[in-house]
Amino acid sequence: MQYLLMIHVDEAAMQSAPAEGAAAMMSAYSAYTQAMKEAGVFVGGERLHPSSSATVVRMKGGKPSVLNGPYAEIKEQLGGYYVIDVADIDAAIAWAVRCPGAQHGAIEVRPLWAM
Amino acid sequence: MSGAALIAERVARESYGKLVAYLAARDRDLAAAQDALSEAFASALETWPKSGTPANPEGWLYVAARRRLADAARRRRHADAAAATLTLMQDAIEDPEADMGIPDRRLALMFACAHPAIDESVRAPLMLQSVLGLDAAAIGSAFLVSPAAMGQRLSRAKTKIRVAGVPFRVPDPEFWPERMDAVLQAIYAAFSRGWSESFSADGRGRGLTDEAIWLGRVALSLAPDDEEAAGLLALMLYSDARRAARRDPAGRYVPLADQDVALWNADAIQDAEAMLLRASARRRPGRFQLEAAIQSVHIARRVTGWTDWSAISLLYDGLIAMTRSPIVAINRAVAIAHAQGAAAGLAALAEAAESSTLDEVQAYWAARAELEARLGDTAAPQSYARAIGLETDPAVREFLLGRAEGLRSSRGFSVDGKRGRL
Repeated sequence: MQYLLMIHVDEAAMQSAPAEGAAAMMSAYSAYTQAMKEAGVFVGGERLHPSSSATVVRMKGGKPSVLNGPYAEIKEQLGGYYVIDVADIDAAIAWAVRCPGAQHGAIEVRPLWAM
Repeated sequence: MSGAALIAERVARESYGKLVAYLAARDRDLAAAQDALSEAFASALETWPKSGTPANPEGWLYVAARRRLADAARRRRHADAAAATLTLMQDAIEDPEADMGIPDRRLALMFACAHPAIDESVRAPLMLQSVLGLDAAAIGSAFLVSPAAMGQRLSRAKTKIRVAGVPFRVPDPEFWPERMDAVLQAIYAAFSRGWSESFSADGRGRGLTDEAIWLGRVALSLAPDDEEAAGLLALMLYSDARRAARRDPAGRYVPLADQDVALWNADAIQDAEAMLLRASARRRPGRFQLEAAIQSVHIARRVTGWTDWSAISLLYDGLIAMTRSPIVAINRAVAIAHAQGAAAGLAALAEAAESSTLDEVQAYWAARAELEARLGDTAAPQSYARAIGLETDPAVREFLLGRAEGLRSSRGFSVDGKRGRL
């Protein structure tokens, strides 16, 4: 089964982190991604720019409405994601636990709709 | 009822969970498995009286339900997408013995129902439904939820199991402690619910405690090395042994300290003692073992004629360090009151109220009222009123009203002349 791991993090805390902390986080993520690839579970995954770069688009009365900012103004924003292919939710949870973001943020695990 | 119908009913009771576990394992689809099984039961009731009861009724039901699952899958999916599944199912139909021969999957089913990804409040109901086949209306009324709402919660949980890929599997040993704990918690939740409903007019509480004890036995038989599973079974058996003594012949509530020990069930107690011994031999104490040990000290009054309250309060000290439960803190305060006097008990109670909100907890007000009464505190009547207002069991309400009444008529309140008791 495929699962989406959504990494929700406190952006303010991330941005005010010292440079060496950020570097350590980067290398933790690259090791994590590498481990996923070696285990053969990695389908995809990217880091996102902060939510201040977000734009929300809707159709309102037949016209597009374009708004600055993220969909929801909350403390912990989506900062990145992985898509993994594993046997079941236990395996997906095991990978979510290893995610560096789980240390200070929250990882939402969602099954992908199989087409 | 005809012989065939009786056999069908017996198989339904004894094998329901086992059959559901086998049927749902492949697709993790509990709802479909349960539908298929009830259709199989219906067809058994129709065909067995005519053609005779099969030699292996369980196997017959399994094969019949499997066919229905395969039919349903065929109807549901496009032909090619389902082909692979159908082939797999066909194998199983042709060789039911091979599939049924593997160790009991009920424990795996219990683990799926008590998975951390499943909402905690629905785990016990889900287990009762999937393993025992109780219907949503019966479960709903036991858990004080409308049948419709319970049906919805159960179906949401089943969808989650299927869609999110919750496995029907006994987890690896490293996850055993925390995951087994959820299974045992759910069984205990079912038992507690039944315990507080034991004397309801419809008798559903009594059924629920029996079912929970049965689930406890299943869990232990499948995980014989788990000391907490043994502890939980001991705890349930001890409590259940006192069932007949909890009400007097007129149906009035009898507190534990006043119960007639002759009414306690000696067989169940013996069973419980053996179970607790077996658990504690492993020297890995846990919450259920400690609770069972507390029950065991109470039960010893049957032999010794008195209750060792110091031992009980020590056990509560251990339990509170383990659970941090406010109810445990209240019971601990009561034990301290017995061992060291009402003032010490009241102090422990105040301590408990500091660390969590107990304003709406009946046990807190009942304990506080008794202790205040014993100390001649003028706040006692008010505390009784709070306890009575929060109680749901009419017999207990009656009992507390009697206490409050006695307080009013005999100022000073020496609790019917004997040593103050709770």
